[in-house]
Amino acid sequence: MRTPLFILIQAVIAVALYLAMHFFGNDYLFFAGYTVLQFIVLSTAWNILGGYCGYVNFGSAGFFAIGAYTSVCLFTIGQAPEDIFPAAILPAMQAIFPLPVPVIIVIAGIMAGLVGLGTGYLTLRLRGVFFAIATLALAVVLQTLIVNWSFVGGSRGAYVIPANTVPVFGPYIQYLFALMLLLVIVALTSARLIERSRLGVGFATIRDDELAAEACGVPTLKLKLIATVLSGALMGMAGAPFPFYIGYTEPGSVFDLGYAVNTIAMPMIGGTTSWAGPLIGAILLGTLQQVATVTISSAVNLLLVGLLLIGFVIVAPTGIVGLWQSWFGKGAKR
Amino acid sequence: MSEPLLKIEQLGKRFGGFVALDSVDLNVASGERLGLIGPNGSGKSTLVNCICGTLRNEDGKVSFGGAQIDGLIAHERTRLGLARSFQLPRPFHTMTVAENLHVPLIYTVGARSGHHLSAADLDARCMELLALVALDGKARQMPRDLTQVEMRKLELARAVAAEPKLLIADEAMAGLSHSEVEDIVKLLIRLNERGITIIMIEHIMRAVMAFSQRLAVLVSGKKIADGKPDDVIKDKDVVGAYLGT
Repeated sequence: MRTPLFILIQAVIAVALYLAMHFFGNDYLFFAGYTVLQFIVLSTAWNILGGYCGYVNFGSAGFFAIGAYTSVCLFTIGQAPEDIFPAAILPAMQAIFPLPVPVIIVIAGIMAGLVGLGTGYLTLRLRGVFFAIATLALAVVLQTLIVNWSFVGGSRGAYVIPANTVPVFGPYIQYLFALMLLLVIVALTSARLIERSRLGVGFATIRDDELAAEACGVPTLKLKLIATVLSGALMGMAGAPFPFYIGYTEPGSVFDLGYAVNTIAMPMIGGTTSWAGPLIGAILLGTLQQVATVTISSAVNLLLVGLLLIGFVIVAPTGIVGLWQSWFGKGAKR
Repeated sequence: MSEPLLKIEQLGKRFGGFVALDSVDLNVASGERLGLIGPNGSGKSTLVNCICGTLRNEDGKVSFGGAQIDGLIAHERTRLGLARSFQLPRPFHTMTVAENLHVPLIYTVGARSGHHLSAADLDARCMELLALVALDGKARQMPRDLTQVEMRKLELARAVAAEPKLLIADEAMAGLSHSEVEDIVKLLIRLNERGITIIMIEHIMRAVMAFSQRLAVLVSGKKIADGKPDDVIKDKDVVGAYLGT
C-alpha cells in the first residue's frame, strides 16, 4: 500500500471516529478517547527507538513532560508578554502570543527532539540495562529541574485554562481530540515510512546485532541519534496538548510512572517490529484502562498492565503482531 | 615494490595489564591470500578487530590502500573496502537470508557509489551472491533455518556483498566437516580469483595450507613467523609454539 493511500485511509477512519463520537454527544468519550490516542502516539514514538533499534527507553515521561512544559511555558508567556519582553519587541511579541496549540505542538516537538539528540550523544554508547537506567535518570533530572522552576509553577503546578469552545469544533476537548487524531496519523505514517525505508533496515540491524551492522557499513551511532530525535520529538508532541487537556499541570502528573510503564507495555503487547504493534497494544491496553477506570477504579490500571504483560510474555513474547507473523508472515513455519 | 593494500606497523593493544598485541608488523599485498595462524589467545581476533575498527589500537598504525585508517570507525573502514566475517556467525536474525545481503548493498555499496540501488538491482546482486555461495535456494529462509555450513556461507556472502578489496575470514570453518571445509576453501579461492585479497584466520591446518600463498604466525600477541607456508610450518619457533617444545 502506498503512503498517500495509507494516509487517506487513516484520515477516513479518523473523521469517522470523530463523527461517531460526536454523534453520541457525550464529552466523556472525547476525554477517554484522547487518552487512548495519546498512548498510541507515545507508544509509536517509543517503538522507533525501543522496538526498531532495540534500545529500551524508560524516560518516556521525561520527553512527554518536555512537551507539556513547553506548552505551559509558552502559555504563561502568552498570558502576560509585557512582563517578559522588553518594550522594543513587545508589540511584535503581543502579535505572536498567545500561540495556537498546533504551533505549540511543533515547538514542543523541536524541543523534545533537541533533548533527544543531547540524550543520544550522552547515552547511546551504553547498551541494555545501562541505557535504560540512563534514560530513567533523564526523567528524574528533568523532574528536578521542573520542580525548581517557578516560571512553570514549580512543584505547586500551573493552570492552563483554555477557552471553553473553539470555532468549528465546539467544546475544547473535541478540538484537542481532533489534534490528537492528527498526531496519531503523523506518528503512524512516520513509523510506517521508517519501517519500509533504508533507515528501517538500518534500525533493524542495530536491534539484531550492532557489531555486525557496523561491519556491513551501517553508521550505527548516526542512525541511533536519528531514532532518538524522532522518538523524542513525537513524545514531546504527544505531551504538548496535555496541559490544555488536564487544565492543571504539576510535575507529579506529568512525570507519572504510568507513562513510562504504559509506553513500554503497549508496544510489547502489540509487537515491537511493526508500526501496527504499538497501535494494537495502545488501543487494547488504553481502552481496557479507560473501562477499568469507569467500572472499577483507576488504581487497577497498572495492575492490568502487569497482568497483561505477564500473559503476553508467556503466550506471545513477540506480541500480537509477532504471533500473527509466526503463523502467517515472514519466517512462518510451513 | 608497490604499496601494500594493508600495512600494519608496530601495532599494540592492551586489555588492562594484558598485552594482546605487541608491536605487530604485517603487510598484505593486493590480490594476496594470506593465512594467519596461532594458538588460542595468541591475538588473531584482536588483530582483526583492530584492523576492522571494532577495537582501537593503542600503539602503531594501520594503513589501507595507502591511507592511515586508525581514526576511522568500523563502518567507515567497511566503506573503504575492508570487510570481515565473524568467528561465530552473526546474521541479522529477524531478516531473511536475502535481506541479510541487502544491508551491505544498501549501506556500503550504495553509500560508496553515492546513489541508492533500486529494488531490482538489490535483488539481482543478492541472487548473484547467493548463487556464488550456493544459497540461492534459501533466499527467503530465515537464518535460524540454515545449517552450520550454510550459516558460514551466509556470513561470507554478506561480507562479499560489501564489494571489499580485502576480506578477513575469521575462523570461517570452525566446527565444519571435512567436505564442508573443502567447500569453504574452494569458495575463498574463487573469491580471491575475483580479485579480493583475503586474510584467512584458521586453526584447520590442511585448509590453511591449501589456501595460503603466505603464512603469518602470531603467538602471545607477537608475530613470530611470516613467509611461504611450507617454510613457516617447519620454523623452529612455530613448531615450539604449537607443540610446546
